[in-house]
Amino acid sequence: MDDLYREVIIEHYKNPTYRGVLDPHDISFEDENPLCGDQIRIDLRVNDAGVVTEAAFSGHGCAISQASADLLLESIVNKPLEEVKKISKQDLLDLLGLENLGPVRLKCALLSLKVLKAGIYGLGETDDLLVEEEE
Amino acid sequence: MSQTLNVDQIRKDFPILSRRLHGNKALVYLDSTATAQKPVTVIRAMEDYYNQTNANIHRGVHTLAEEATAAYEGARERIAKFIGARHAREVIFTRNTTESINLVAYSWARKNLVSGDVVILTEMEHHSNLVPWQILADERGIRLEFIPVTEEGELDLLTYQNLLELRPKLVAFSQMSNVLGTINPAREIIEMAHRAGAVTLIDGAQSVPHLPVDVQQLGADFLAFSAHKMCGPTGIGVLYGRRDLLEAMPPFLGGGDMIKRVTLRSFSPNELPHKFEAGTPAIAEVIGFGAAVDYLIQMGMNNIAAHEHAITRYALDRLSEISGLKLIGPSAEKKGGVCAFTMEGIHPHDIAQLLDREGIAVRAGHHCAMPLHQRYGLPATTRASFYLYNTFDEVDLLAEALERAKELFG
Repeated sequence: MDDLYREVIIEHYKNPTYRGVLDPHDISFEDENPLCGDQIRIDLRVNDAGVVTEAAFSGHGCAISQASADLLLESIVNKPLEEVKKISKQDLLDLLGLENLGPVRLKCALLSLKVLKAGIYGLGETDDLLVEEEE
Repeated sequence: MSQTLNVDQIRKDFPILSRRLHGNKALVYLDSTATAQKPVTVIRAMEDYYNQTNANIHRGVHTLAEEATAAYEGARERIAKFIGARHAREVIFTRNTTESINLVAYSWARKNLVSGDVVILTEMEHHSNLVPWQILADERGIRLEFIPVTEEGELDLLTYQNLLELRPKLVAFSQMSNVLGTINPAREIIEMAHRAGAVTLIDGAQSVPHLPVDVQQLGADFLAFSAHKMCGPTGIGVLYGRRDLLEAMPPFLGGGDMIKRVTLRSFSPNELPHKFEAGTPAIAEVIGFGAAVDYLIQMGMNNIAAHEHAITRYALDRLSEISGLKLIGPSAEKKGGVCAFTMEGIHPHDIAQLLDREGIAVRAGHHCAMPLHQRYGLPATTRASFYLYNTFDEVDLLAEALERAKELFG
């Protein structure tokens, strides 16, 4: 029916590996997309060496936003935070295998990355600049 | 097919409806509640104005200025007649419903309400009839109360009756919900409010495009609506106000055209309706709005309402056959052409996306009514809405596409 809803997206939406909450956690952040009400919270546990040992996301939203969160967390476990900070918008889109997302759906795809980065940087709120590509 | 409108003929009046999308799929436009499509008469009226007449209004004495003024004021008169106003001067042009409600909140309410005064709203309001009053509540200590919405999607009028004992100064409500489709008993709500001594404001953004609305018959004090939801252009709307109320209100925005006389330190306001229309208005849009009203009158508001009623009943039947699909809002008799629903296991955003790929335009989200969605415990819904140009075949296409979406996520 649609090339946007590739199997990997439907699969991660329906059977996410990283859905849940971590309590206690070292880093936790939550935000929503005011356009559609999608909401994502991400919790991380980080060891003394600054490496992500566990990650979980919760909240609700469309298949794109939820699958994106699951794939993103899959990609950061066992990685140092310094490396996680460098994940770009394009990296995430590559994980999703999506190209040419329209401006509205792009926000769905990038919500998890915004939440993750705002959490790691200890910011009070997310900002679109966190996921903008450096030109 | 409906007996009341020649929908095949009507569709030819809307150039956009022959557009094809995504590999030659016909556009199925089911998002008129967000904004309606425009007939060629509206587009041409605005084009003709710019090609033949363009001039600023009210001041110039040259031919173009006179023609432009006549076209602008002529549209006002036809719009006034369309809603049953006694005088054209009771029709104030604004940008849209939102600005109309803000005008009442800034001008009427700030003059007439003091700390502790009660304003009654409802749980089914669009943000445009909530936020202006929340701003006022913060600023002035106004107390907001809400008529609850029942599980079936109707206003709980018994609770309303009790709320009226608080002697509210204002009751502001939507005549038709943009999510539930519920048509509220406006006349009854207004009569009850008046008996309690309150002034009333109708958010007519959804009702005026789809139902015959007569301000005198309703006893309305204020009525707000937008052109773009009734086949007219964006950027132009109306605040209808009872003349005595408008006369007693201070100006909203200050500037040109709203004054009679200005000195360096003072001004005296112009007469109605100009007192509330500061600056050069959206002239072409007003002329387009007039053409939209002409078009709706020609089709007949009763016919439009009957067609939408029939198509909505059919849509509710078709959609409720889909397992896992849950509709919100009342039964067909009590609502206009709006069907909001959820589907088990598929987020509304994904539904809207999948439908789009089949050429079907619907809306997904909270439809600027977050508190209403909170009331039903839903983060979002998918909404299909109908207008005079929609067909029963389009409802079938919608239902079939939803079945396919279900399979994909199944």
